[in-house]
This record gives sequence, structure tokens and C-alpha cells, in this order.
Amino acid sequence: MHSDSSDIRKSVRKYFMIGAVLYAFTVITVAANQVQLALPFAVTVALIIAVSKGSMVASVFMHLSHEKRWVYGALLLTVAFFLVLMAVPIFTTMDTIGTPIVREAPAGGGHEGH
Amino acid sequence: MNIPYTVEARPDTGLSNGKLGIWLFLASEVMLFGALFSTYIILRTGSTTWPHGELSVWLGMANTFILIGSSVTMVMAWASLKLNDWGKHRLYLILTFVLAGIFLVNKYFEYADHFARGETPAHNTFLAIYYTLTGLHGLHILGGMIVMAYLIGPGAGLWKRNPGQFTNRIEFTGLYWHFVDLVWIFLFPVLYLL
Repeated sequence: MHSDSSDIRKSVRKYFMIGAVLYAFTVITVAANQVQLALPFAVTVALIIAVSKGSMVASVFMHLSHEKRWVYGALLLTVAFFLVLMAVPIFTTMDTIGTPIVREAPAGGGHEGH
Repeated sequence: MNIPYTVEARPDTGLSNGKLGIWLFLASEVMLFGALFSTYIILRTGSTTWPHGELSVWLGMANTFILIGSSVTMVMAWASLKLNDWGKHRLYLILTFVLAGIFLVNKYFEYADHFARGETPAHNTFLAIYYTLTGLHGLHILGGMIVMAYLIGPGAGLWKRNPGQFTNRIEFTGLYWHFVDLVWIFLFPVLYLL
């Protein structure tokens, strides 16, 4: 954690550099969108760039790269619950609730022989 | 009565009260926005068609630049206090407030344009989730601006009485602000680009 002014001065340059990198990544995100990619690939690329940008904001601006264990613990718990939350849409497609069950009418009168 | 550990760290957690408190609050905010993103996924995967090109990418990009810039100025407002530079702190904090205001003004014009064309939340599912996500995010921007206004105005007096506690308040405000920026970093590609 920053404790003296020399550490802070070194960090100031890093803050501006990360800001510039974030701007560049934003331009890359928009440029990548101009390329007509298939949706799954477009989603993957967009999320990779967004996660990279988010990681920079979290680790540098929010000082998460050198925080205490209690903060990491709280965030780890949050990430676990967040993943469950994101997985919930998958559960909605795994059941047949709301899907009409179509039964074929049996063939006229006949039983299959033994 | 003085509340302990507003400046010095607790011996058990190594954190001040406010630091642990703001991180726990941000954890709850992750679940709030996570639920809405999850809603977006359900709505989008359940639709046969999904509108594309209804939002202005350039305006969204401009707002992204504005929020990233405000994150830089917010962390600089804290760093200036750590370097005991009150003047630079005031400059950066006011700049952060102004950038937040510009973001909201852009959002106002964007909403007004949509409403003028009859593109209200009831128009289609995409717009419903768009207004919900960006509206809630906008309210968070407004909340941050209220806190910043207090720290620029009446709250600034704490710097003279207890500089350590004031610096911590700026740090905690910064943590909240960076989170708001982080949410937009995901909102922009999800709503405007995909």
C-alpha cells in the first residue's frame, strides 16, 4: 500500500499511462466492432477487451494489486456468487417447463405381436 | 465519542472501517448490476431477433472517454492529498465532478433523442433493458456527484481538522467512482456494440 510520497510520485505516472491504455483499448473495442464477426466470436472479443480494461481499473486505480486479505476474501466470495448469477440463464434452458409436450396419436388399433 | 479506526487500521483486518465498508458495499453493487446483466443475457438469448444499431456508438464512445478521464482525475485527487498538495486535489476533484456532469448531460440528450422518436422503454425488450441498465448506472453517477459536491463544499473542512480521515474519505469515494467506471466499461460494448 502507498505509504510514502516517493511511492505516490511513481504511481502518478502509472495512473496517466493506464488512462492512456484504457483510451486505446476503447478505440480497439470500437474498431473490432466494425469487423463483421460471428456473434459468439464478437462477444468473446468484446468481453476479453472489457475484462482487460476492468482489470487495469481494479488493480491500479482501485489499488487491488496490493490490498489486504479481507478485501480479497470478500471479493472472492462475490465472484463465486456472481458466477452463479451469470449461470442462472443456463438453468432456464435445461428444463421443459413451458414447452408443450406433443404426443403422437397411436397407429389405428394395432398391437405389436410378441 | 470518537469512532475508532477511521484513520488507523484495525489490528485484526489491517483495514480502516471505511475501507472494509466500501469494499463490502461494492460487493453488493456487483450483485445488483450482475443481476441486471444476467437479465440481459436471459432476454437476449430468449429473443428470436435483437435490434442492432439503435444506439449512437460515437456518443457511447465519447461517454466512455469521459468516464475513463474522470477515473484518472479521481485517483489523482487522492494522490494529490497523499502528496499534501491541496490545490491540485481541489482541481482534480472539481474536474472529476465536471466530467461526471458532462456524462449525465450526454445521457440526457441521448434519452431525449430516443424519446422524441417514440423509442421508450415500452417500445421493445432491448430498449427496456437499455434504459434499466443505463438509468441505474446514471443514478449511481448522480450519487457519486452528490458525495463529491459534499467533499468539495462543506466536507472539505475536515482536511484541516483531520487530514488522514479526509484523505480516506477521498479514497473511498474514489473506489466507488472507479466501480461506476468499471460498470460502464462493460455496459458500453454489451449495449452499444454487440
